[in-house]
Amino acid sequence: MRVFVEGVGLLGPGLQGWKAARRILAGEEPFRSASTIIAASELLPPAERRRTPVPVKLALAVGQEAFENAGRDAASTATVFTSSSGEGETLHQMCETLASEEREVSPTRFHNSVHNAAAGYWSIATRSREASTSLCAYDASFGAGLIEAMTQVVSLRKAVALIAYDQPYPEPLHSARPLLASFGAALVLTPEASGRTSATFELELLPGEEKPARMSDSALEELRLGIPAARALPLLEALARKTQSDVVLDFLTETRLRVSVNPC
Amino acid sequence: MLRALREKRSGLAPCGFETARIDTYVGPVPDLDDFRVRPDLQDYDCRNNRLAQLCLEQDGFAREIAAARDRYGAGRIGLYLGTSTSGLHTTELAYRRRDPKTGALPADYRYAKTQNAYSLGEFVRCYLGLSGPGFVVSSACSSSAKVLGNAARMIAAGVCDAAVVGGVDSLCLMTLYGFHSLGLTSAGPCRPYDVDRDGISIGEGGGFALIERANRVEPGAILLLGVGESSDAYHMSTPHPEGLGARMAMQQALDSAGLDPSDIDYVNLHGTATKSNDASEDKAVFEVFGGQTPCSSTKGATGHLLGAAGITEAIVSILAIEHGFLPGSANTRSVDPALKSNYLLENKQAKVSRALSNSFGFGGSNCSLVLGVAQ
Repeated sequence: MRVFVEGVGLLGPGLQGWKAARRILAGEEPFRSASTIIAASELLPPAERRRTPVPVKLALAVGQEAFENAGRDAASTATVFTSSSGEGETLHQMCETLASEEREVSPTRFHNSVHNAAAGYWSIATRSREASTSLCAYDASFGAGLIEAMTQVVSLRKAVALIAYDQPYPEPLHSARPLLASFGAALVLTPEASGRTSATFELELLPGEEKPARMSDSALEELRLGIPAARALPLLEALARKTQSDVVLDFLTETRLRVSVNPC
Repeated sequence: MLRALREKRSGLAPCGFETARIDTYVGPVPDLDDFRVRPDLQDYDCRNNRLAQLCLEQDGFAREIAAARDRYGAGRIGLYLGTSTSGLHTTELAYRRRDPKTGALPADYRYAKTQNAYSLGEFVRCYLGLSGPGFVVSSACSSSAKVLGNAARMIAAGVCDAAVVGGVDSLCLMTLYGFHSLGLTSAGPCRPYDVDRDGISIGEGGGFALIERANRVEPGAILLLGVGESSDAYHMSTPHPEGLGARMAMQQALDSAGLDPSDIDYVNLHGTATKSNDASEDKAVFEVFGGQTPCSSTKGATGHLLGAAGITEAIVSILAIEHGFLPGSANTRSVDPALKSNYLLENKQAKVSRALSNSFGFGGSNCSLVLGVAQ
């Protein structure tokens, strides 16, 4: 399976946007961890903007950056959202309320609790009526999203945006499922080259014995291991370095993904 | 299921789920409380995975998959499942047992194997001994319709040779209290398309199917002819009033099947029995199909199975094709005169060569499937 990479979006600790982070991932600047700054999306009407939970803001921010870099219209592009953690803060608040005497849950919180909340707000924000899906495969969620997005591009011959994001849970869920930091990555993938194409991806499934690529910077490697969405980092590093490379990505126990990255 | 539909039996009863105190009806699966998952998978034990196993044990499905595993190899069978709340009820219960001093969840709480949306995927994967590429789709009430699209694309792209698809959703307090907070639960059994419909009844259930490449099909085999997916771009919990996204999904499903609306003999509606869903879906169905094509919702019988609605209603559509049986709407007394589609109150026998099934969810996530039979 071969697709073209048209745009990238990235948000993580010390990785504030693809344009800034690209220099860090290319090894031109040192990585310095800092809190991920997540702004509310200006694409949403004010009423909706106030109601969006942090994971949704994160997904919208990286998605928007990828489309800006791609110079493509989000309204006419299908999307694949993938997240291991989904809507943690909302889940926590709902479970607290349901464990209390009153049990009066907020209707807004309830509709914000669905795993596809980000996809729903994205569609409202971008006015996109295109197909959209929302995936989860625990630690393999990024691989799941990539394989689904690439399969869609190849079989439907249409551009697809992959938006992967994870936001740490509040306590007490955090102790049960610790995630290191907020992290989001987005890729606009197309079936044909365009003026904005930066590379091609070719995907192949490998047996699980293959070792996934690691980040040479130990702090970045810590991110890769500590956040499912950050399993994308070796792929983003290859894009940043603009050199041909075969990147083995973590996926399910029995399967790895090899992505051949060819800059163009 | 066929027998229940023929008898127009409804599984809906006054809500007695756990400690829920809501004046509504639900469709519970009996005996889940006492059921346990296979001993070697007991870490995955939760209401949703119990229901998944119970489903896999029906109709010889697990045996069929064991045979398919021999045929294809475990690594060549993909797994694409839908759920909206997975094992969330376990987390609800754990939140009642937090440490009074530290607030910590109890030591026996297993997040990955119960709460995470992928818990269902990993459990079924282990239960069936599959190792092909897979994931869980969680797009609310369209989840387990969309997985048929995932499977078809993965097989077409050569990622796998066959795929197990399905969906499971089980009762939990979040959905009961959540839908209630939105004013969307009916006080009685839900009555899709009824003039007096006043909301949904939440059910629990699941379904599974094996999807194979259609290069050597035997006559009588069920075919997935088309899939349509769209987004409403309108509101998080209210469907587009004109049914715009729904219409796009149906049209796209027909287009991908290379069929005209007149080729469809039965439409299994999403038909949740809320005022807004049935009104907007009716507009969309009438616009695509006109007022002739027979259609019905089976949610009066099953309740709304949320993330499992897509697969179970795809299975109803398959039963319609296999038995020339169009199910009439359980619990619906008189069809809302404002709705213009040909809505079936009574069961009907007629040849069904192709059926379309609708599933729409929160976040404006829509999916339509076209199913047919090999000649």
